[in-house]
Amino acid sequence: MNAIQVTDLKKTYAGGIEALRGISFEVAQGEVFALLGPNGAGKSTTMRILTTLSTPTGGEARVAGLDVTREGAKVRLRIGYVAQNPGVDQFATGRENLMLQGRLFRLPPDRLAARCDELLRLFGLEDAANRTAQTYSGGMKRRLDVAMGLIHQPEVLFLDEPTTGLDPESRSRMWSEIRRLAQGGLTILLTTHYLEEADQLARRLAIVDHGQIVAEGTPEQLKKKLAGDRVALELARPEQAEGASAALQSVEGVESVVIDAGLLYARVRHGARAIPTLVAALESAGFEVAEVATRRPSLDDVYLAATGHAYHADGDDKPARA
Amino acid sequence: MDFLRDTWYLFGRLVQSSIRMPIFLIISVVQPALWVVLFGQLFRSVATIPGFENDSYIQFLAPGIAIMTSLFSSSYSGMSLLGDIDRGVLDRMLATPASRAALMVSRLLYSAAQVILQATIILGVAVLLGARAKGGLLGLLVVLLAAALLSVALSAFSNALGLLTRRQELILAISNFTLLPMIFSSSMLMSQHLMPGWLGVVARFNPINWAVSSARSGFEGQVGSPTLVSLLLLAAFAGVLTLFATRAFRRYLKSL
Repeated sequence: MNAIQVTDLKKTYAGGIEALRGISFEVAQGEVFALLGPNGAGKSTTMRILTTLSTPTGGEARVAGLDVTREGAKVRLRIGYVAQNPGVDQFATGRENLMLQGRLFRLPPDRLAARCDELLRLFGLEDAANRTAQTYSGGMKRRLDVAMGLIHQPEVLFLDEPTTGLDPESRSRMWSEIRRLAQGGLTILLTTHYLEEADQLARRLAIVDHGQIVAEGTPEQLKKKLAGDRVALELARPEQAEGASAALQSVEGVESVVIDAGLLYARVRHGARAIPTLVAALESAGFEVAEVATRRPSLDDVYLAATGHAYHADGDDKPARA
Repeated sequence: MDFLRDTWYLFGRLVQSSIRMPIFLIISVVQPALWVVLFGQLFRSVATIPGFENDSYIQFLAPGIAIMTSLFSSSYSGMSLLGDIDRGVLDRMLATPASRAALMVSRLLYSAAQVILQATIILGVAVLLGARAKGGLLGLLVVLLAAALLSVALSAFSNALGLLTRRQELILAISNFTLLPMIFSSSMLMSQHLMPGWLGVVARFNPINWAVSSARSGFEGQVGSPTLVSLLLLAAFAGVLTLFATRAFRRYLKSL
């Protein structure tokens, strides 16, 4: 049985905004799975449906074998949810936050106290345990947040953008916490708009764009699909990109050309060797090249190939077009 | 009895967070006392108007101010709910097995507890200033019960407004818009005998007046069947508004 099974999930909000347009994926037990995409792609909506906070308008989702719409109460007992917006009570101490969370999960009092101590220690919050959360740094609040999501030892942990807004140091600390949890065999579904984060943490990932999954697999599989390198070319006159694209496509060895924000991205078997040929082809067709660069495929390229536009984490925060 | 347990824990959280704000505590204690002194002085000569039912205005005023406090504290209840929504606290609780009803009821209880505390202070200050609790302990309990019921009703209203409008400004605007006319069409500050006839009729259908008149009958030691009727009406009013708030909550959950 998969820990998470999502089949053709759809969500249309009042007002006709289609946040999800038929998403399917599954997460095996003990697996770390990432949903990667820009703001507004539908990641958080998927999370909210899987954690029973939101009801889908179509499709089916099962978590720990339970249907999220029909068996919501049972699902809630078995999952931990760490929302994008940290749900820490600012005016309560770290320990009080954990205690209340544990009580709402109906942990027996003797076990709860021990569990709080354990989590405070695990997340390096012992010294701050009796201070109100409003005195915590962003990284500490996040760690408390994750600790709260783990209070009842859930089977599946949902992390909605666990490192958004954190400084680099807190981020790398959060990454090691997540890796440790994964090593302990916990199933984790995380969303992120950082390519690097998905690459680092997830065993498998799905790229979400405008409410749909556009690519899915392990980071290696996805990168391998894009055999060859990517050459980025900037024209002296970006408005000529269309014509230049046609010129590039006819060059031998060019597999595909994508235009995004005035830049041309050509996929070729060997970047360094192709550059002179590409530049020569453009110049002879009358296009002046201002800049050229090549790189090995990364998740950026997977994203570009899958969606047809380059990855801008915050550049596309509109909801999916209706 | 998960509902009762959850209500208790969530109520405890609200109490704890207000204890963490000493200024808030001090204000909510000092302010009601200030009302008694200020109104008592300002309207002192009202008691000399022929036909006014009491010799001492402070005697008349004390139960009225106790009720007035419940108006003001309770109408803020929805703002704290909106705060929890904005900070993601509500979402986090919704993803736990916590009883949905407890999430709402704990807030209403918290409002009632706050008002009981404030009303007790008001009555105490009034007694220090020369008022007499003629109804004894039972009478005082009637005052507190009336204040608590009204508080449940109004905090339910405030929470419902918050959930339906999702705007703090609107909670305040709508609360003030509805409550101020209700105050001035009740016998909170002025004897019902001295009201123009039509206003007296309006007062009979005014929940604030139900609370004021039952509180006053308790304080004056005149508890009788009219008191009981007012309290029952008030309880029904609180019930209806609580239902309204739970409906609004359910609607909010569906909209997510």
